Amino acid sequence: MIPVCRLDDLPAGESVRIDTTPPIAVFNADGELYAIDDTCTHQDASLSEGWLEGCLVECPLHAASFDLRTGRPTCLPARRAVRTHRVTVDDGTVHVHVASEVLAAVASEEEGTAA
Amino acid sequence: MRTVTVVGASLSGLYAARELRAQGFDGRLVVVGDEPHRPYDRPPLSKDFLTGRSGEDQLALSDAEETTELDAEWLLGVRARGLDVRGRTVLLGDGRTVSTDGVIIATGASARRLPGCELAGVHTLRTLDDARALRAELAAGTRRVVVIGGGFIGAETASSCAGLGHDVTVVEAAPLPLVPQLGPEMAAVCAGLHRRGGVDLVTGTGVAGLRGTVAVTGVELADGRLLPADIVIVGIGATPNTDWLAGSTLALHDGVLCDDGCVTALPQVVAVGDVARVGGTRAEHWTSATEQPRVAVRNLLAGHTAETVRPLPYFWSDQYGARIQFAGRRLDTDTVRIAEGGVSDDAPDEGGFLALYERDGRTTAVLSVDRPRPFMRARRELGRGVTVEAAAS
Repeated sequence: MIPVCRLDDLPAGESVRIDTTPPIAVFNADGELYAIDDTCTHQDASLSEGWLEGCLVECPLHAASFDLRTGRPTCLPARRAVRTHRVTVDDGTVHVHVASEVLAAVASEEEGTAA
Repeated sequence: MRTVTVVGASLSGLYAARELRAQGFDGRLVVVGDEPHRPYDRPPLSKDFLTGRSGEDQLALSDAEETTELDAEWLLGVRARGLDVRGRTVLLGDGRTVSTDGVIIATGASARRLPGCELAGVHTLRTLDDARALRAELAAGTRRVVVIGGGFIGAETASSCAGLGHDVTVVEAAPLPLVPQLGPEMAAVCAGLHRRGGVDLVTGTGVAGLRGTVAVTGVELADGRLLPADIVIVGIGATPNTDWLAGSTLALHDGVLCDDGCVTALPQVVAVGDVARVGGTRAEHWTSATEQPRVAVRNLLAGHTAETVRPLPYFWSDQYGARIQFAGRRLDTDTVRIAEGGVSDDAPDEGGFLALYERDGRTTAVLSVDRPRPFMRARRELGRGVTVEAAAS
């Protein structure tokens, strides 16, 4: 569990990038908090700097779009999902619970099988 | 339409194939590509691929699943060498022919070359094979590298070479690189990035010739200077691949002439990407190559120009750790104003800047160095044709 910032410092429509490896982006989408891997799966760009509209974030470099709820791309040029992470607020502080690499790998494999 | 042939298997060719299926074309789809490779993304070739930060896997534009869905016949490693006068038969370099009802021309452009390009150590950087060859040479120890041409490919390649520890000089014939794209003030700022990256920038002199017998040994400049070199990279632009259309009825002039809807003089032949001169403009931009196919395919299937496309020009470049992004249509008479961040000593400040190009009180274009968020806002506003206000606040 990683403390990110005070909830007051992340108003609706804003995002923050945390320097984990790999980096994670936390969004306040109209009051709902979401965390995903920050780096676009198409090419090196920071999604925390993207365009937030509803539950979608558009990459600032080539306009790939990701659903914050699932991490899945909703349009090209991205084809692979970003990982999603659980977000909680405790005593006014936003925390990210990083999805473990193992779980993420299993999830992406399941996704691959299902597709 | 029972058969559609896409000539060109790179970015715009793949996007065209996708659009055909997405728009309901369920006939025979043939894709012809002169390179032996499946569609791959070229922008990383001068950047992460060259430095070894990313590999060939990451260049792939498609995957097995999508390939199955597209259900196309891929004729790769074979060049198209002609289109008959009715636009109904594509002739291939190996003698085969493809009879077709519709044609999408997506043959792209080729790197311009210089006399002496056959010397060992002289490279262009356009294709995966080009990048593989250059990458291998750059991995063989520290070299003296001369990059001819200070445009985006030249600058990115110089930046990658410097990052790998090579001794790099960039030669630009104009007084400053990138003036046609950015205008003189902002071109000067971007030129400052070379200096900051430890690369020598020689401007205002052309190249007289390449020296060497078997391998290149140097670059002779028009002003008489000789730059010793082990590796020379020629980045002096690209010419559209239209030679194969010489015997067709299509109008060719620095590209395949199309109307605003990517349609040529033949309604069942459309053109997209670097090879297409759409409504008088030929853009060698990644984003144009991805945006034109939707409209081109719609018009092809409709049999006439039902929709036109005029996307806002957008390009980006990563060099010396800075990300440059530009969108809009500027004229030389536009004024330019730094709206955020700053410039000092003719180079971007730490944290970059956002510059607005203006004409008669309107924003015509926007340039950003390391300011992706306000850039994106400004680009969207430009695309919607509204005044860029927020970015200036």
